[in-house]
Amino acid sequence: MKTAVKLFARARDLAGTAMLELDLSESATAADLRAVLGEQVPALQLILPSLLIAVGNDYAGPTTRVAGRTDLAVFPPVSGG
Amino acid sequence: MKFSPMIQLTHEPIDFAALTESVRSTQAGAVVLFLGTVRELTHGRQTVALDYDGYPEMAEAKLRELEAEARSRWPVIEAGIVHRLGHLELGDVSVAVAVSCPHRHQAFDAGRFLIDRLKEVVPIWKKENWSDGSTEWVHPGTGDVADLSDRTP
Repeated sequence: MKTAVKLFARARDLAGTAMLELDLSESATAADLRAVLGEQVPALQLILPSLLIAVGNDYAGPTTRVAGRTDLAVFPPVSGG
Repeated sequence: MKFSPMIQLTHEPIDFAALTESVRSTQAGAVVLFLGTVRELTHGRQTVALDYDGYPEMAEAKLRELEAEARSRWPVIEAGIVHRLGHLELGDVSVAVAVSCPHRHQAFDAGRFLIDRLKEVVPIWKKENWSDGSTEWVHPGTGDVADLSDRTP
């Protein structure tokens, strides 16, 4: 299924967009999302292992389900302050 | 006038005097204010400006979680956290944390916890604008040169 993912900071710059539509399976986890991201957006492979995945307002672990969510975001380690 | 304690992201200059006033209370014997400001030199490299990006919904949710955790660990009377986004010049205030507690050590500890955890978990990013004209996102742990900028206590 087509799933929208927001991008921020360097991830957005490398992908050239603030929002991606990824084709994810109906049982997709955050680990699957990361793999699909690398396949569909080769420019992100450079920082793929360090990218954080958020589901809603929480950080996802590798097994967190992302299928069917409308509030996904992907971004590099944070540097506020 | 007295402002309500606040947690927010803003593109406007931070009114840290108002934020500090908003956490004052007759129950508190101590008020601590932390300001993060744009520094010129990072390991010998010269910054001319910083650009901050954020994921507002999640960032504000994480800030509220941090406030709740601080309240569970210290007798916080009031706490306020404001982070600025957008283009900041040298010396500008990027973040302000204000905390009031009955006693000073509690206020210092709670304030330090809030700014330390903010830098670890709140989805906000800074981009360096170096004096040589180059720009660089600061993403700790990814091997970027600008990594070093945030590793100094």
